[in-house]
Amino acid sequence: MNKNKKWKLYLRGHWQLYAMISVPLIVLAVFSYAPMYGIILAFKNYQVSQGIWNSPWADNYGMNNFIRFFNNYNFKECLRNTLVLSIYSMVVTMPCSILLALSLNYARNIRFKKLVQMVTYCPYFISTIVFVGIINMIFDNRMGVLGSVLYNQFGINVLGSPEIFPSLYVWTGVWQGVGFGAIIYIAALAGVDPQQHEAAIIDGATLLQRIRYVDIPAIMPTAVIMMILNMGSVLNVGYEKVLAMQNQNNMAVAEVINTYAYKVSLVSTFPDYSYSTAIGLFQSLIGLVLILITNKIADRISGNGFI
Amino acid sequence: MKKGKITQDKVVYFINYIFLAFMLVVVLYPIIYIISCSFSSGGALMSGKVKLLPVEATLNSYKAVFEYKAIWVGYKNSIIYTILGTLISVGLTLLAAYPLSRDDFRGRKVFMSLFLFTMMFSGGLIPTYLLIKNLGLVNTMWAVILPGSVSAYNVIVARTFFKQNIPVELLEAAKVDGCTDFHFFTSVVIPLSMPIIAVLSLWVAVALWNSYFNPMIYLNSEDKFTLQLVLRRILLMSQINLSSSNIDPQRIAENQYLSEMLKYATIIISSLPLMIIYPFVQKYFVKGVMIGSVKG
Repeated sequence: MNKNKKWKLYLRGHWQLYAMISVPLIVLAVFSYAPMYGIILAFKNYQVSQGIWNSPWADNYGMNNFIRFFNNYNFKECLRNTLVLSIYSMVVTMPCSILLALSLNYARNIRFKKLVQMVTYCPYFISTIVFVGIINMIFDNRMGVLGSVLYNQFGINVLGSPEIFPSLYVWTGVWQGVGFGAIIYIAALAGVDPQQHEAAIIDGATLLQRIRYVDIPAIMPTAVIMMILNMGSVLNVGYEKVLAMQNQNNMAVAEVINTYAYKVSLVSTFPDYSYSTAIGLFQSLIGLVLILITNKIADRISGNGFI
Repeated sequence: MKKGKITQDKVVYFINYIFLAFMLVVVLYPIIYIISCSFSSGGALMSGKVKLLPVEATLNSYKAVFEYKAIWVGYKNSIIYTILGTLISVGLTLLAAYPLSRDDFRGRKVFMSLFLFTMMFSGGLIPTYLLIKNLGLVNTMWAVILPGSVSAYNVIVARTFFKQNIPVELLEAAKVDGCTDFHFFTSVVIPLSMPIIAVLSLWVAVALWNSYFNPMIYLNSEDKFTLQLVLRRILLMSQINLSSSNIDPQRIAENQYLSEMLKYATIIISSLPLMIIYPFVQKYFVKGVMIGSVKG
């Protein structure tokens, strides 16, 4: 009774806070939590006429959609493509960002440094569609300024060769994101105590030695956390860009889990919603487990986990 | 150390400048190339003559863009969706973040985990699609604006900002004067939070302006298309319909490469708004990354 009264008193003073948060909560409930109900589709044979709930359960105790996916030859291919693209890009992107950050840190001409920073952030604002359009134009083997040279001199068809696709995806990603990715390391480098550098100079350390023994250890914690957090999203490649980059030639290496799930449902003439939901659920669950594990590790190492 | 002596450090500094200059060229060259192409003649483009500067300079491609109606319909839609979507999303984010930043807000841990969970797990493509469909939002702008409007990440960033920048003493003083939470939020918190509002608006607006996947699956009539969808047709699918545009048929006949030229000018025209505001918002952009990296 007393507790009840206290709660009432508390609410009288604070109800407005609950009123505020209720608006975004409703939006969250409708657009983030309500779709989770639809996940049961993964265990059903969805029939549009019968709705989600009344559709019959799938065979094999509802697991048929998953079994079909795992046994499908597309599964191995999609999984492999997804892992290749995301691990390749993880391995390349971070060292590039760190290199740019270090390099900017030692540019003594401030105006030049600002110029490089401004220019390298710029591609981040280019939309996926426009960016892929630019890639296609530059690497076109007839008209493209780089593509025609590569094709005529070296016989390399950049857009038409499946084996080049992962590199094209990753290095164009570096081109677009390296400046943005460097921001966080630039900040970490700015946090290095200048006295450490002064002491190192007095001891006769060269610039390279100072980078090796002062700067690198200083940005290591940031780098480790970034890497661990990236591991959590290893199955989430930038599917918007992958989808936009797909053409008849690179299909075998450019089909990732997301794009496959999209194609069997919303593009296909015989849309298989249940199958696509099962694929999505598989991906979400792996992602959830990975995030929880990597977060634990990040927490152990830095005491600064994400959650 | 003798003056003028070549030391290892000097060499490293020198190489460093060369590296940065190289980066500058690598990033700038494709951009300059596309700009130059957009001012070049169709013949020069098709024969691959453009290397750095415009060849046979002409404004024909821009004329074609200005007369290509679909682009401007897309432009108008994108502007409307972006402005409205940004207002809604930033508003919702602030409404969620402020209570969560208050230490006297009971149940904030529960609410916080409701937001955090959406970062780790989601219904996925099809369940979300069916929901939007059942709500009758397919082929309306709300399907583009609402689903991603509450981002847990943005809520965390805003909450961190409030915690660091709105002193508790200020709230206590206001409460003594009989100020309600609503009033405090609108007349004290919002005016003090302009930097974070700028950061969030920038993020949301850029994401909305550039997104194509959601508009692609939810919008199906051309008068609702966003700019990115129109661009997708022009740039990636080469579906360029010159005959249904307002372009003078004679000009189309005169210039057989007009559709190819159109692509370059479209890229420039569509990227222009962000490129123009970019130098002004750059500092906020960097600031936002910094606030975001301090997870509260």
